[in-house]
Amino acid sequence: MTPPTPPRTGRPGANLHAGAWWIWALGLATAASRTTNVLLLALLTAVAGYVVAARRTDAPWARSYGTFLRLGLAVLAIRLVFAIVLGSPIPGTHTLFTLPEVPLPGWAQGVRLGGRVTAESVVFALRDGMKLATLLVCVGAANSLANPARLLKSLPGALYEAGVAVVVAMTFAPHLVADVARLRAARRLRGRDDRGVRAMLQVGLPVLEGALERSVALAAAMDARGYGRTADVPPAVRRTTAALTVGGLLGICAGTYGLLAAGGAGAGYGLPLLLLGLAAAVAGLRLGGRRSPRTRYRPDAWGARAWLVAGSGAAVAAAMIAAATYAPAALDPPAVPLAAPTLPLWPAACVLLGLLPAVAAPKGALR
Amino acid sequence: MIRFEQVSFRYADTAAPALQGVDIEVPEGELCLVVGPSGVGKSTLLGAVSGLVPHFTGGHLTGRVTVAGRDTRTHRPRELADVVGTVGQDPLSHFVTDTVEDELAYGMESLGIAPETMRRRVEETLDLLGLAELRDRPIATLSGGQQQRVAIGSVLTVHPRVLVLDEPTSALDPGAAEEVLAVLQRLVHDLGTTVLLAEHRLERVVQYADQVILLPSPGAPPVVGAPADIMAVSPVHPPVVALGRLAGWSPLPLSIRDARRAAGPLRERLADRTPGTSGPAAPGELLVCAERLGVRRGRVEALRGVDLAVRAGETVALMGRNGAGKSTLLSTLVGLHTPAAGTVTVGGAVPHRTRPAELLRRVGLVPQEPRDLLYADTVDAECAAADRDAAAPPGTCRGLVAELLPGIPGDVHPRDLSEGQRLSLALAIVLTASPPVLLLDEPTRGLDYAAKSRLVGQLRALAAAGHAIVLATHDVELAADLAHRVVILADGEIVADGPAADVVLSSPAFAPQTAKVLAPAPWLTVTQVTRALEATP
Repeated sequence: MTPPTPPRTGRPGANLHAGAWWIWALGLATAASRTTNVLLLALLTAVAGYVVAARRTDAPWARSYGTFLRLGLAVLAIRLVFAIVLGSPIPGTHTLFTLPEVPLPGWAQGVRLGGRVTAESVVFALRDGMKLATLLVCVGAANSLANPARLLKSLPGALYEAGVAVVVAMTFAPHLVADVARLRAARRLRGRDDRGVRAMLQVGLPVLEGALERSVALAAAMDARGYGRTADVPPAVRRTTAALTVGGLLGICAGTYGLLAAGGAGAGYGLPLLLLGLAAAVAGLRLGGRRSPRTRYRPDAWGARAWLVAGSGAAVAAAMIAAATYAPAALDPPAVPLAAPTLPLWPAACVLLGLLPAVAAPKGALR
Repeated sequence: MIRFEQVSFRYADTAAPALQGVDIEVPEGELCLVVGPSGVGKSTLLGAVSGLVPHFTGGHLTGRVTVAGRDTRTHRPRELADVVGTVGQDPLSHFVTDTVEDELAYGMESLGIAPETMRRRVEETLDLLGLAELRDRPIATLSGGQQQRVAIGSVLTVHPRVLVLDEPTSALDPGAAEEVLAVLQRLVHDLGTTVLLAEHRLERVVQYADQVILLPSPGAPPVVGAPADIMAVSPVHPPVVALGRLAGWSPLPLSIRDARRAAGPLRERLADRTPGTSGPAAPGELLVCAERLGVRRGRVEALRGVDLAVRAGETVALMGRNGAGKSTLLSTLVGLHTPAAGTVTVGGAVPHRTRPAELLRRVGLVPQEPRDLLYADTVDAECAAADRDAAAPPGTCRGLVAELLPGIPGDVHPRDLSEGQRLSLALAIVLTASPPVLLLDEPTRGLDYAAKSRLVGQLRALAAAGHAIVLATHDVELAADLAHRVVILADGEIVADGPAADVVLSSPAFAPQTAKVLAPAPWLTVTQVTRALEATP
């Protein structure tokens, strides 16, 4: 018997920038949000799934894809159940079956429980749910292909510490699951059943206690290792930073309002104000980074492969947005009357562009 | 390098001081060992050096602690991070990132060290600690010894002048402990790092120490001196020191080599005597029986073709590396894992097919972390719940607690008990259903010598009363003291199974100190030697 090869997270020096994977995945997600065509959505899911299968590693976070897939299915199921039980505003003529309707008091007007279930409403819910599920699958793909902690390396210095807090919080979920499993095993040792609501409740308190103790220990360890050290900055720089950040944020708010306000009242100053605010905020963040003396160990390089991976995702998104304007019927077929979905040729071909990373990304060298 | 001046410390919610009258100086390049029974404030003393006490714990500190000239009162732990590296008891709660290489770099990133320097130091540290093979492995997949080395490495890359370690080898098997200690030796000798270290397993570390700080009891001022002088008076000491005290050797030997040189006359005195027979009075009925047992955990084959038989009145020690399958074997015996191959019966029942409430009467397991067994707010409530679980008459469990370790108050929270008290409580809870088979997973972790010898007494009495006991342990001294039989597991297979004396004497890694000193005669424990010397003058 050959010993199992130890899991590896990447060959040193050949990592793809984590941001490239996220841009690719968000590109696919954007494309998914533009269509309710079941065939296109299925194609997007298949593309994301194939790339994950071809390029993921054995690292613990790479196993999260399955979780996201199950989550997507759960979302789909919940959406369907809601459409069946609560009814749907979609007018339909093909009645599948009729649930007993629960009479509701007058104040619950507009809400329906049970009643007629039409094929149209089910199809509509199915498509809607599938769109959400595809979005989740795309995020899951990014999560399993790129370690979320690696993204931190690309954050501006001023935001780094907040980022670490977020990542530490995210790693807590797996620890909690492990704790619950251990304590449920311990319940068996006391001769109690390890299933049921009562068991979960009794295990809950010790699990939370353990989580709290662990977070205090981790905070102490991080502090002792220099987390949160600040460099001395002249007061002038500190004041400029504060002014730039606050001014920038105000500018962004006012600019966004101007752009979105009805009637185009502020259309004239909206865009320039938004850009100005953005510039000021970025400058504030960069200046704020001076307070943190932190340096980066082997940051991911953005190379040709990263351009290809990110570009393929962006291309899929752009193609789908363009398609939505010139062929809206193909991407968003009406639920009434019922019709079998057709696969629009050009958008489908564009979605296949998303397969590029399966070839372009370095194999087994991902983080 | 480290200087304590008239330091006293009191935690916020207690009246008695945890430390008092501490006046110590640790010069540069020394390996300084902090010893004492559990609960005397060893961790508090270490925390005061890294600044976590009082900045993180709260409480009231008087006097002055300076490290490399920096006062810990005015410097927060993060401002001491470049001179003090701290590794706590549990390496897992120390890790911030998830791969080995990133973890080594984390501290340097926080301090703002230049990227080229970081790159060089990571490579150097990978070599120094023998971690080069593991550089891009996720930390969660490493063994205990490897994790401990990564934790040490992660503070070393910063090039701290002081290294503070709280029980670095307690959770490790003998081999992994040697690895870690070899690294510490190298740091002290090659780099002049000052190391301050607290450890219960003195037999592993005391011969490497330059100076020993003994905390005799809570709140009592520490005694500082050369290792041999302190060991002569210390209430906690390794077996080699006990042997030296017994034979009246002077100077007191701390290492096996010194002890063997002094032991010539003792070996002659013992030449015509034999240690008392070990082994149960009479082999009882077969209680645990595993045949060709195989267990899979995920993709890993945790156990393969394991044959094990344990009879009533017998004590069996399971030994082997971290991750060799000891805990898996114990868990399978209480039905937590379903075997993939082979059969297993415990007390006549098949564990994974028996209901928990029924299995409770046949076999009990005290897990590695006894706290997992405890849910209630007070000791009394815990005992009452145990009586209900086992359908035993009320008061059974409380009676057992009083019998095992008198003086545990009924109204305290189980979390506030000491490690030894908590273990006794867990043991009493398991014994409430009076199972004929008793399993213990790593029972001596965190126990001092006094608590350990109490545990040995308790387990001996239980074995004499007809219980079959199986314990998984890294503690060779415990196995030598207690076990009739030793089973060594490696990579999921049994590689040795035989009478304790035969198995431990045949391998240097598992031999207790007494055996090494008195070899080739088959003496395993100081108690045996004492009894033999007392029997005939």
